[in-house]
Amino acid sequence: MTTLKKSDHAPVPFWRDERYLKIIIQVIVVALVVFSGFYLVRNLVTGLEDLGIPLSFRFLKIEAQFDIGETLIEYSRTSTYARALLVGILNTIKVSFLGIIFATIFGIIVGIARLSKNWLINKLAAIYVEALRNIPLLVFLIFLSTTVFHKLPRVKEALSAWGWAYLTNRGIYVVWPQPADGWDVYRWFLLGSFVVGLIVAIIKYREGVRTGRMPLYWLWGSVTFILLAGVTWVIAQFIAGQPLVLDFPYLAGRNFKGGQSLSPEFMAIFTGLVIYTSAFIAEIVRAGIQAVSKGQREAATSLGLTGFQTMRLVIFPQALRVIIPPLTSQYLNLTKNSSLAIAVGYPDLFAVGSTIINQAGRAVEIILIMMGVYLTFSLLTSLFMNWYNKHTRLVER
Amino acid sequence: MTTLTPTKDVLPPPTERFTVLGWMKKNLFGSIGDAILTVVGGAFLVWMIYSLLNWIFNQAQWAVVTDNLSLLMKGQYPAEADWRLWSLLFLLALVVGLMWGISIKRPTGAGWTLLIIAVVLAVWLFSLGRESWWRLLVIDAIAIVGYGLGKRFPRGLSRPTYILALAYMPIVILIVRGFGEDGFLAYVPTNLWGGLLLSLLLAIFAIVFSFPIGVALALGRQSDLPAVKGLSILYIELIRGVPLITLLFMGQLMLPLFLPAGITIDRVIRAIVAMIMFAAAYMAENVRGGLQSIPKGQYEAADAIGLSGFQKMVFIILPQALRAVIPVLVGQFIGLFKDTTLVALLGLLDLLGIARGILANPNYIGRQLEVFSFIGLIYWVFSYGMSYASQRLESALGVGER
Repeated sequence: MTTLKKSDHAPVPFWRDERYLKIIIQVIVVALVVFSGFYLVRNLVTGLEDLGIPLSFRFLKIEAQFDIGETLIEYSRTSTYARALLVGILNTIKVSFLGIIFATIFGIIVGIARLSKNWLINKLAAIYVEALRNIPLLVFLIFLSTTVFHKLPRVKEALSAWGWAYLTNRGIYVVWPQPADGWDVYRWFLLGSFVVGLIVAIIKYREGVRTGRMPLYWLWGSVTFILLAGVTWVIAQFIAGQPLVLDFPYLAGRNFKGGQSLSPEFMAIFTGLVIYTSAFIAEIVRAGIQAVSKGQREAATSLGLTGFQTMRLVIFPQALRVIIPPLTSQYLNLTKNSSLAIAVGYPDLFAVGSTIINQAGRAVEIILIMMGVYLTFSLLTSLFMNWYNKHTRLVER
Repeated sequence: MTTLTPTKDVLPPPTERFTVLGWMKKNLFGSIGDAILTVVGGAFLVWMIYSLLNWIFNQAQWAVVTDNLSLLMKGQYPAEADWRLWSLLFLLALVVGLMWGISIKRPTGAGWTLLIIAVVLAVWLFSLGRESWWRLLVIDAIAIVGYGLGKRFPRGLSRPTYILALAYMPIVILIVRGFGEDGFLAYVPTNLWGGLLLSLLLAIFAIVFSFPIGVALALGRQSDLPAVKGLSILYIELIRGVPLITLLFMGQLMLPLFLPAGITIDRVIRAIVAMIMFAAAYMAENVRGGLQSIPKGQYEAADAIGLSGFQKMVFIILPQALRAVIPVLVGQFIGLFKDTTLVALLGLLDLLGIARGILANPNYIGRQLEVFSFIGLIYWVFSYGMSYASQRLESALGVGER
């Protein structure tokens, strides 16, 4: 047996040894980034000190002294800048959350219309998608704001939808349920019904997992909830009076009172985001459904499933896997695009932030806060969607 | 012996022959629900088309657009340098014509329709009697000549054409910007760029300069060096997580502070820097998609023939990866072109900014519908045109089929 002899060659010098090279390259890269970052930040800090506004977040406690058109929480001119930013953040969340829900609904409808066997419906959906996908969102938003929502008739000549809603250039007023005498009692009933509905759904789901024949567990849950809510409504009315009354908008002097008012600014950013994003979602839904191979549909038909069952049990679960990743990025886009609200005057985070920049001159701090908040939104949305994606993903070996 | 009729001469059974009524029954009135949808949709469509045409021809006052056409197109860009823009358009017509001639084997109806529309439009505009509009006819003529040449010499011209197409955007930047104090290609300061010209330039700058950065970041993200990988991921995710408008604001307000005292850069450049930073992160993700589409065997083969890591990337992996992402890059360019509208919020005079400026003029009060329809149409034509062309090119080149 021969023993392995040590190599006669001279050892590789360290600057040609890959192990050392890797470390050296990384050290150089990190050093470059750190030094240039340090240089830029030092310029920034000294520059700000020369301007007399050193970097600090203490200004957040100063009174804001400007009004915000619509707020979800209590806010006045005497509130702090921090409070103003919070109002902006909540407005961003409101428009993004509602936008995501409605854009998904419209997107699915248009996406399915795009696959319709009816030639006319198919082409109408195609026109909708192609028209919207190829114009900039900002142009669309400004268009909606200036030529639609601010061009509605004045309050005196308001367009009425049978008294249920009024369209005016000051906003849209719709009928809205208002809590009445019985509400204090009824809301506990409502919560209880919801919990019972949830429990029923979970039981049915468990049963489905156990037996392998999945019932319509969400339908069971919702029907239970609606039934219980209806029954307890009657009980609550008997005990404490009607829980909710419909509050109709009515003309009082120069403006409408009652009901729920939706400002033209909110309507412009909301409808703009919904319509624009729904066109993208429609394409995603269409691509997802088309990605399910034809054989799957044929197999389902030959098993004797009905059209609805084919869609629910065969096509949709498989399409969902293709749909979810791009859908996530559309949700993120919608959230980020809500920052364009500044163009139509809706006070979202970005609009409030730029007002503060103009007023307090704290550009760097505000930009950092805004970026941090948007980054958090993005991370939270993608975390949730990744979790959901994992939940629906094909289980592979 | 019986003679067999060739299959193509055999008519399909009567139930499957094409008839107008049969087509309508199948595609429009298949069931009662379908029929209702068709009637409602058809009524809606007719109403839409009627009100649109009625508005375009009877109600709209297009003076606001025709009076300001030059502003909308190029902003304050000096008239004596107009020939540069026209020659760039001529060059574009040549490239597009050649590409079309070389790559499209069988011209389709849509291609001819586009050409006919372009010619009719040019003739119509020319007949309106604006002096500069004869150049539109030249553009059509050049495109047709290019098509003919491409068709005639597909082999010899294909390499120069693709090089020209790739170099086109850098050429645009050089010629529009110019250099030197005066003379042949005098420097045009960035504050004179405006209108559609500025929108296109912002997108072109962003795509051209973000390309090398994006490729570097994509390679960095694939790298097995943890520090390089971490920094690349940090940059990409940070930029992708925030809206473009915050980056543009950062460029406007913070970039001057980052630089040492005494150095100032103008607003257009600041916007361009922000756009490049933004585009680089998305570019990196697109290129990464291309890199991941390269089968592992290619890496192993490169290792097997003894290429160094650098050679492997430059000669084997990147050429294939970049080829695969060309359609995605066109998509990104379209997205960037649409995103350039955000600079209007900073007060820059791109197409949207100029449009808003015109609407602020008391002479044109209440003309929003006309102006926004017009610029909306411009954005639409550009975006749709580019995506259509890239789809055609993709299928002609057979990307993704091999």
